[in-house]
Amino acid sequence: MRLLNFFRRKGSASVARDRLQILLAHERSATGRADLLAVLREEILGAITKHVRVAPDRVNVKMSPGRTVSTLEIGIEIPTASRPARRAA
Amino acid sequence: MSNVLVVTSGKGGVGKTTSTAAIGAALAEQGEKVVVVDFDVGLRNLDLVLGAERRVVFDIVNVIQGDAKLPQALIRDKRLETLSLLPASQTRDKDALTADGVSKVIAELREQFDWVICDSPAGIERGATLAMRHADIAVVVTNPEVSSVRDSDRIVGLLDSKTERAEQGEWVEKLLLITRFDAQRVARTEMLSIEEIQEVLSIPLIGVVPESRDVLHASNIGVPVTLAKPDGAVARGYFDAARRLTGETVDLIVPEDRRPLFGKLFSRWAA
Repeated sequence: MRLLNFFRRKGSASVARDRLQILLAHERSATGRADLLAVLREEILGAITKHVRVAPDRVNVKMSPGRTVSTLEIGIEIPTASRPARRAA
Repeated sequence: MSNVLVVTSGKGGVGKTTSTAAIGAALAEQGEKVVVVDFDVGLRNLDLVLGAERRVVFDIVNVIQGDAKLPQALIRDKRLETLSLLPASQTRDKDALTADGVSKVIAELREQFDWVICDSPAGIERGATLAMRHADIAVVVTNPEVSSVRDSDRIVGLLDSKTERAEQGEWVEKLLLITRFDAQRVARTEMLSIEEIQEVLSIPLIGVVPESRDVLHASNIGVPVTLAKPDGAVARGYFDAARRLTGETVDLIVPEDRRPLFGKLFSRWAA
């Protein structure tokens, strides 16, 4: 039984990462450092939804930090009337 | 042009003093003129890690209070000609450091050295905020462990608000140094990976230093780990970090501590 558990055991690193992400998002907003990604995501979504209907879960914002330059990648799915939903950038 | 670099973390025991000594020594070996400054007034240890504890006559508080001139307090390293130490006071408390005094000392050090490396005390109190106050660059020392990552995030917030640069609308360059890293535990998904820590903290990586017995050995004998075991994995991590600080592009190879087979087996069973 113990041997079985040994092979089945899954590491707890992903639990640590998930707990940190939730905790730090909360603590950053409490100390007045709202997460830049969250702010950008909300404002970009706000600007787009003035003109087209976009489901909030169809907006992907990703930031890759670099030493001198960070890149911001935004992917939004905008449904078109004639064709099925297509990815635009 | 001189750089003021703070080595900081929030959490204690993650390797700030070891890293200050190692990065300072690695930069000095490249020929840079380096001074390491201990900001941990009342609990100084940088002198001990550098093996200079018996040579301390005057300290930063003496200089601030005008009891000694800066050159009298600076201790030149016996092994590396271009490395100096400005020790903290062991008998005073943190209130002996004044904002004005620290500002004058740092300005004077900037004139004489290429790198002024400030070893921050743990915590987010006066000693820590004064250590980061004049920084151009911050090395945020983080262990792959939740409480260390959380405290590092708090420190990143302070670097963006409580430093001279932040107040002038500029920013401090914040760099992540992961210490006590164990690639084997990451492979077994027991430990946060480099990517996961970076994703959470969102600051660029300056280096990775593995968990190793070399660190304790170096502090036992009072020699920076880059000199005590220059061909070891820990030294490699610090040498690479120092080269990146001077603008070199160095591929990230996560240095692994080569343990004897028996040691490896043993640690696997003990884990």
